[in-house]
Amino acid sequence: MIIDSNKIQKVIDDSPQDKKQLIMILQNIQQEFHYLPKESIGLVSEYLGMPQSTVYSAATFYKSFSLVPRGENIIKVCKGTACHIKGADLIIDQLDAGIGIKPGQTTKDMKYTIEVVNCVGACAMAPVMIVNDKYFGEVKCNRATKLAKTG
Amino acid sequence: MKIDSITKLDKWRKEILTKQKTIKTKVLICLGPGCLAGGSDLILKEFQTLLKKKKIKDISVESVKKTGCHGFCARGPLVIIEPLGIFYSKVKKMHVKDIIEKTLQKGEIIEKLLYKDPNTEKIYKEWRKIPFYARQQKIALRNVGQIDPDEITDYIANGGYAALAKILKSMKPDDVIEQVSKSGLRGRGGAGFSTGRKWATCAKAEENPHYVLCNGDEGDPGAFMDRCIMEGDPHTVLEGMIICAYAVGSQEGYIYVREEYPLAVVNLQKAIDDARKYGLLGDNILGTDLCFDLKISKGGGAFVCGESSALMRSVAGEIGEPRAKYVRSVLKGLHDKPTVLNNVETFANIPVIIEKGADWFSAIGTKKSTGTKAFSLAGKIKNTGLIEVPMGIKLKEIIYDIGGGINDNREFKAVQTGGPSGGCLPADKLDLEVDFDTLADNGSMMGSGGMVVMDDRTCMVDVSRYFLNFLVEESCGKCVPCREGLFQLHKLNEKICEGKGTEDDLKLMENLSETIISGSLCGLGQSGPNPFLSTIMYFRDEYEAHVNKQECPGGVCKNLITYRINDDCNGCMACLSVCAAGAIKGKKKEQHIIDEVKCDRCGACFAVCNINAIDII
Repeated sequence: MIIDSNKIQKVIDDSPQDKKQLIMILQNIQQEFHYLPKESIGLVSEYLGMPQSTVYSAATFYKSFSLVPRGENIIKVCKGTACHIKGADLIIDQLDAGIGIKPGQTTKDMKYTIEVVNCVGACAMAPVMIVNDKYFGEVKCNRATKLAKTG
Repeated sequence: MKIDSITKLDKWRKEILTKQKTIKTKVLICLGPGCLAGGSDLILKEFQTLLKKKKIKDISVESVKKTGCHGFCARGPLVIIEPLGIFYSKVKKMHVKDIIEKTLQKGEIIEKLLYKDPNTEKIYKEWRKIPFYARQQKIALRNVGQIDPDEITDYIANGGYAALAKILKSMKPDDVIEQVSKSGLRGRGGAGFSTGRKWATCAKAEENPHYVLCNGDEGDPGAFMDRCIMEGDPHTVLEGMIICAYAVGSQEGYIYVREEYPLAVVNLQKAIDDARKYGLLGDNILGTDLCFDLKISKGGGAFVCGESSALMRSVAGEIGEPRAKYVRSVLKGLHDKPTVLNNVETFANIPVIIEKGADWFSAIGTKKSTGTKAFSLAGKIKNTGLIEVPMGIKLKEIIYDIGGGINDNREFKAVQTGGPSGGCLPADKLDLEVDFDTLADNGSMMGSGGMVVMDDRTCMVDVSRYFLNFLVEESCGKCVPCREGLFQLHKLNEKICEGKGTEDDLKLMENLSETIISGSLCGLGQSGPNPFLSTIMYFRDEYEAHVNKQECPGGVCKNLITYRINDDCNGCMACLSVCAAGAIKGKKKEQHIIDEVKCDRCGACFAVCNINAIDII
């Protein structure tokens, strides 16, 4: 995937030039491109006048940042305590069988990315899965793949 | 319109109340996370569309209100009709027309949508009478599920910002701190430190500026109370923080919200914008000398950022590694300046304490743990949802009276409280009173309020493995005993789950736990081994079954179980179609069999079988 670095620069330029805003700037870039393109680390470091290593350490410390491109559809499977004891692993297994990827992976056609999240705070409806920001509660494992594909 | 005096605020409140009185019937639609997953947004839209077309006396589109979490998530989506309190549960879009035509138009009750207690078969018309609600007492959650979080007028109509007006009119900062101290309020984020003492220390600190921070980084898996407050009643958090700012002399504050809660960010931002617009935030609040402004700081999905010093670093744009606290963060906090950091629920209690007084608050709960506590009730329990109960209530009352008991009437095994730093309490601890000290004395902790109930089909060794895996991922890596120790502890735990563990491994795990606890800097490491320690304390027999007999009593650990189809199988083919390993054979309407060699023990067949035709051996 090729991302125009001018586009990244534009997102950066729209953010305050303040070292305290590092995480926010990275969040803005990720929101635009769904991941942090390689060039963004260097561009942010120049903009804020801090070493690339510092930017990189923030980008890798916080789980919400991805350094690899993510698919068009993001499928999140919650693995909070309640979801775990109510069968979140079954959903992950079924998605692996149905879509052919494991958590953290993206399909070759860039259509789907599966992610595991630690808790989305909808524990009463466990097990929970989120397809492109839409929540599904009490997911039966045999419906998981269909939900992931149709939303 | 700027509300630049307390008189104007009172006048405005009266105007709002007069206007609201004209709306006689209110239809509340819960848009909490649980109901939303059931499609309550579609129900709201349907109400709005249908009511636009219809003319009914005293009912209009304005009668329909979206609210935050009403609490009874297990029965969602919920529609509540006030003032009668009619409680419709499991509502679907197709029911909306019926509700309008029968209940709103003719005053008829639709019985099939009412709640029927599965234990007593009793049908309830009004939500306040349902056992799930009747045993609760709401302070922090008083408005959640009752008001539209987007409307500042709703908050004000319910007495919002009256506590702020009260302190500005008649209390000095010291009086506020005294009231909060006297109330006995302890931090609701988990540690239970006295809120009044924290405020007093910050207020006295000579260095300037002082900061007020709100911890909305609710990272404990199994907890969603703070989310529901931020989404369902954001102004109460703001009011609590403004009162704190007045008490400790601060002009700048931040709310740190985890990025998994996008709606909380949106609702809080709207609340901040509105409060600013009306002069309740910013310079010269309500025309007084008080100046205080707030910003939202979005987290990046790191559990450790719930720890005070890590959170402060994250707000400052750095990576969230905790520091050694030789000097407490209340003195050297954000940007090394004096900082009050309280949890969302703590701030939500403040306006009520100020308004009703410390004595009123401290009369609720127990002597050392005053007031109420919000819990998220989840796991294998019938009435999952969001609750708030007085401190000192027995675990049993929460699980059986409010929670309705265990799903499928199975046997209770354990209740997990306090998230990854907490522990699991067994059946003989059900008589314990829930407060900060009792739970800690029994090897668990209050934590932020997650309560996950487990039945006899849960393996406690697996639960320990689950939490250790979580902590290995979330350890920031700064302290070796935490980073490496938890990793090895998890590996040993996994070995036991695989049936390859020995008695020596258990001893080694106990030793290693001690090292991790004494050698780690922050709460994450110091409490990291708790999931293991509390499960081995109460469920040693399960560990021994794994180690000595290679058996998993809960029927969970894959290496130690086999699935077999029994004679009840009616050949419905549900299990066959879900088996990814292709291990199930059989024809329609004939008994199926599982090829044990091919079977990878994923358990999908067991989960989809509706007639209990699959046994775990």
